[in-house]
Amino acid sequence: MNKNPIMQIKNLKKTYNAGKANEVRAVDHISFDIYEGETFGLVGESGSGKSTTGKLLMKLEDMTDGQVIFLGESIQNKRSRQDLLAFRKNIQMIFQDPYASLNPKMTVKDIIGGPLEVHKLVKNRKERDQVVYNLLEQVGLSKGFANRYPKEFSGGQCQRIGIARALALKPKFIIADEAISALDVSIQAQIVNLMRQLKQEGNLTYLFIAHDLSMVKYISDRIAVMNRGKILELATSEDIYHVPLHPYTESLLSAIPEPDPESERNRQRIVYDEAKFTYDQNDPNVGLFEITDKHFVYCHKDEVNHYKQKAERLQQVLTV
Amino acid sequence: MEKNSILSVQDLTISFNTFEGEVNAVRGVSFDLKEGETLALVGESGSGKSVSTKAITQLLPKRNTNISKGEVWYYDQELLKKSSKEMKKIRGKDIAMIFQDPMTSLNPTLTVGRQIAEPLIEHQGMSKQRAKEEAITLMKKVGIVGSEQRFQQYPHQFSGGMRQRVMIAIALACHPKVLIADEPTTALDVTIQAQIIDLLKELQAEFDTSTIFITHDLGVVAHIADRVAVMYAGKIVEIGTVDEIFYNPKHPYTWGLLASMPTMKMEKEDLYTIPGSPPNLLNIPTGDPFASRNMYALEIDFQEEPPMFKVSDTHYAATWLLHPNAPKIEVPDEIKRRNKRFAAISAAKGE
Repeated sequence: MNKNPIMQIKNLKKTYNAGKANEVRAVDHISFDIYEGETFGLVGESGSGKSTTGKLLMKLEDMTDGQVIFLGESIQNKRSRQDLLAFRKNIQMIFQDPYASLNPKMTVKDIIGGPLEVHKLVKNRKERDQVVYNLLEQVGLSKGFANRYPKEFSGGQCQRIGIARALALKPKFIIADEAISALDVSIQAQIVNLMRQLKQEGNLTYLFIAHDLSMVKYISDRIAVMNRGKILELATSEDIYHVPLHPYTESLLSAIPEPDPESERNRQRIVYDEAKFTYDQNDPNVGLFEITDKHFVYCHKDEVNHYKQKAERLQQVLTV
Repeated sequence: MEKNSILSVQDLTISFNTFEGEVNAVRGVSFDLKEGETLALVGESGSGKSVSTKAITQLLPKRNTNISKGEVWYYDQELLKKSSKEMKKIRGKDIAMIFQDPMTSLNPTLTVGRQIAEPLIEHQGMSKQRAKEEAITLMKKVGIVGSEQRFQQYPHQFSGGMRQRVMIAIALACHPKVLIADEPTTALDVTIQAQIIDLLKELQAEFDTSTIFITHDLGVVAHIADRVAVMYAGKIVEIGTVDEIFYNPKHPYTWGLLASMPTMKMEKEDLYTIPGSPPNLLNIPTGDPFASRNMYALEIDFQEEPPMFKVSDTHYAATWLLHPNAPKIEVPDEIKRRNKRFAAISAAKGE
């Protein structure tokens, strides 16, 4: 795979109510790169900071501290409308709730064509409509839908419209924040397949934010596991599932029920004891350490050996 | 398996009058709930799973609901014929419910303790003091730490998982015979979901409650259910024991549901999908409503709705593929894998 980072995130931090009693460190010094052409999965439970991270990268929220470099430029200082337009032409978002994220008073044509007009990519109505028809086709909808309103569609169809809107500007990078959580199982599979297919066609990069680990594993190349604003583990999706090192990842994996009664009867749930893995914030020896090749775990320097042994052990079990 | 039915739903048919016309939400649903068992109702949104169970406790809006046919027997009482006053004595006492969203189903202006104590005062005639003690015991039982202090708190001071525990405490306060849990864990994180399900299982064993568990998550079903009913477009299309449904499913819709879930072990081929979307219940197509999404559909599927065919004493499915004259078809790979696994499991058990 091509290893150019499309986005570099360095010590990203977001604190709400800083300095007050109700201070929340939603995102707490996280650093990672997202490579061109990959699907990067960000998983965590509610309140872990995964959605906040998505919003920070999209500049829907301002970061408290840190640096984000997208396509070689820092996004911090983009303030003017012109800069933001140029920035967002390359980065788009697909939202969780397909109904709430489409304006009920606009036709599908206006919803999908909106970004084209804002960015002055089409000269006239006719040209715009043509692009909209192509986009509709691309996401598997008929062009006859163009004059209808969102309420006439099912959840899955609305999500397709949301995807068509995100694709309208031919962005390089798409952030999908729980884009399939609100859909029914059979529709989820349709949307995931569509996203994969679009990625192959358009050389897209995805940041896929979700709490459903089985779907994330299925779609992602690499996965970061977040908890309380920190990234606890970062590895390829294969490694996260077969060689989970951080106890929090293990507990998450062990909590997912599988559609198989026999394995459910024998499942052992692992409980994560957070207190054991809370470190002194100011200790310079605490951070993300590379345990095996491209497999990072958040821990104290002294624990690195312990995790290395654990990785070896799990690898052995796997090869047997 | 010779257990008595505690709740029996027969040919339940429900429609709603709306501006756009009559929505046929439930079209002839029949099932029994046996003593101590957990029956899972599975299906996509709009398949009628919530509506069927809400009818049991008369929770559907009277104004536009039309229950044209059917009977619901709780022991020897016909629930659909009860007046709302009579129903009030049963609901919460004999048949209790837990809903999906614990925030909207708790009253934000009342303390949690008062809401747990209410059914005890109402149904069991306890004094306030006695009810409070009992409520605190219940809160302990469902795993709420520091229940004496938390008794005084309001729902917004509780996290999602804790609120769902409060809901469970309220539902189980009067030791109901039947518990209807409508997507009780859908809004929760996986780790919390696992805790709540374990708690439900534990309490069910302790109180000997029979449970109807509504969900669309097949993983949860595999974990909690004894029997499973799969619903589609207002009908039960397949019903059987959990092993029968997961390892030897017969209905193409069940195949699709099972095959479209990514499993942890799966490699990265394209996910199996059920094409299209569920039918509009305003005007249901003739024949099997699933036919247009079904790659195994036969000609007859577009003309006549299939009846329930018997697979075993406990397993029934509504698909023409089970008709003796139906052509032999190749089932999806995922289903073959499941058949094999079943054979392996039964062989291991036989030894």
